[in-house]
Amino acid sequence: MSDMEENEGGAEKVKRLMIVNRKAPYGTIYALESLEVVLIGAAFDQDVSLVFVDDGVYQLKKGQQTKDIGQKNFSPTYRALEGYDVEKLYVEQESLEVRGLATDDLLVPVEVLPSAKLGALMEEQDVVLSF
Amino acid sequence: MKFGILVNEGPYQHQASDSAYQFAMAVLAKGHEIYRVFFYNDGVNNANKLVEPPQDDRNITQQWSKLAADHGIDLVVCVAAALRRGIKDEILAPGFRISGLGQLVEAGIEADRLVVFGD
Repeated sequence: MSDMEENEGGAEKVKRLMIVNRKAPYGTIYALESLEVVLIGAAFDQDVSLVFVDDGVYQLKKGQQTKDIGQKNFSPTYRALEGYDVEKLYVEQESLEVRGLATDDLLVPVEVLPSAKLGALMEEQDVVLSF
Repeated sequence: MKFGILVNEGPYQHQASDSAYQFAMAVLAKGHEIYRVFFYNDGVNNANKLVEPPQDDRNITQQWSKLAADHGIDLVVCVAAALRRGIKDEILAPGFRISGLGQLVEAGIEADRLVVFGD
């Protein structure tokens, strides 16, 4: 792109990019397409973090079996995120608790934060995309 | 200020595209700049030139095309999301172009604010 040159070093800008996942992994396509944004954000070497709130916490649930709904189980991708240097995964404590879930139920290590702390973390971001 | 806009819902089914369009007009009216409008998820359906609402209703796709023509706004449709939904070059309305998700990340990097319109 022509404006890349006048934007010298533009490609090296690193922003804090937070992806907020709010929906169950299946039923709608939001979780799957959100994951694609995460991977591209990582490919652009941005400071990417992920948040899981509301039914979004189910995206990280162990033991997903999708054969009977005819869809691909994409949950192993969350375990591969570490390889893309995406290591900041936050789960809202209240969302886990009301669904009777604990960190042992999740596929990957996460940091569990109460909503007020998560709010503060969102405040620190440059870009917040919610799906 | 330089704004990026992300539209994640299709036209008519959801108000997100209307709100995004009205926001874009307000941004320009206030003398700000729009770096790019990016269409993702079902938002890619905003780019379908075959859309034909009843005559007494707004034509959301044409509104976007006019915005692009009048103000030179970059309207970018995510290729993976578009192909999944049958949005291809042959049905792309004027002013839209198909490109990759990198264009969304770039908008996040280059704009002062990236505003998301979705469900």
